[in-house]
Amino acid sequence: MPKRVETLVLHDSSTPVFGDIEKGGSVVLANKESLLERLEGAASAGRAHALWPLTFGLACCAIEMMSTVAARFDLSRFGSEAFRATPRQADVMIIAGRVSKKMAPVLRQIYDQMPEPKWVISMGACASSGGVYNNYAIVQGADQVVPVDVYVPGCPPSPDALMYGILKLQSKIKHGDAKRGQLKLIELKARELEEAK
Amino acid sequence: MSFEVMKDVAKPILTGFGITAKRLGRKKVTIQYPLERREQYTRTRWRHVLTRYDSGLERCIGCSLCAGACPARCIYVEADENTDEQRFSPGERYATRYEINMLRCIFCGYCQDACPTGAIVLRKDFELANYEREDFLYTKEMLLEPIREMA
Ligand code: SF4
Ligand code: SF4
Ligand code: SF4
Repeated sequence: MPKRVETLVLHDSSTPVFGDIEKGGSVVLANKESLLERLEGAASAGRAHALWPLTFGLACCAIEMMSTVAARFDLSRFGSEAFRATPRQADVMIIAGRVSKKMAPVLRQIYDQMPEPKWVISMGACASSGGVYNNYAIVQGADQVVPVDVYVPGCPPSPDALMYGILKLQSKIKHGDAKRGQLKLIELKARELEEAK
Repeated sequence: MSFEVMKDVAKPILTGFGITAKRLGRKKVTIQYPLERREQYTRTRWRHVLTRYDSGLERCIGCSLCAGACPARCIYVEADENTDEQRFSPGERYATRYEINMLRCIFCGYCQDACPTGAIVLRKDFELANYEREDFLYTKEMLLEPIREMA
């Protein structure tokens, strides 16, 4: 069993911070790869093509999420048409809309109820960073509550932009690390800004 | 009995297939997205580009008006003076740092409206999703249009 240590970090991570900031987030201590995990690696290709999202929308972004499933864009081409109304049957959580501070514990509880392996797509400016709502009521980024795998910018992201995010998630599941349920350390790297001058 | 079966089972199935058969002849509405892209509307606003003049000089003069107009406060501009040896823009000043937090941006286009030189424009490249939050801090180098090759 991989051990999991969880701490939550609260800071406005959307503000550009250069250099070291206080580290936070959940850290999954990696264990040696068991046979079961290797089998899971083989199964991940199958998982990527049958991602069942959770049915819920938090705000206006949900409208675009709905039209992604409709005939014009047709998410079922990627095996994701089955929006599940219960977290027990869902693989991917699409956070479609702003996360208010009151909603954050609920969101976390729904996330905890989803069976592993699970992924999170943060859809839209609000869910990813707070967007225009830099105020007391909105969590400045859903990654402070749940680990986010793919961020989709836009207000709202058009169905094809969301679909691009889902394709990104698929390629992450297929080729990427199998570190599921890992909350990344929210740490911004200092970039070489001077070199291009 | 057999009549009941006809009415309750066979008829709905046939009705369903009938609808399918009728729709088969119609024009397909689905856009096969990763293979083909739909035509974007003329006023679609997506990823920003910092444009240049035909001479290759940057249009941006580092006035920060875009940053002031931005409702999401996601633009950061740092300006400096041009010198004759190092000239980036035709005016007195240019932007040394120009950053947009794409994740916070709501693609409203106010920055484009506010810009006095038409430097920042929003184009139609919508494929911006990514894995890491720091990947969304678009720097000036990422936003600047490449210098057009002189014909
Ligand atoms: S990003 Fe825009 S569309 Fe999405 S929830 Fe926020 S305000 Fe609404
Ligand atoms: S499009 Fe709107 S939110 Fe985005 S950078 Fe420009 S002014 Fe700011
Ligand atoms: S993009 Fe336009 S408004 Fe913004 S700093 Fe440059 S010149 Fe000024």
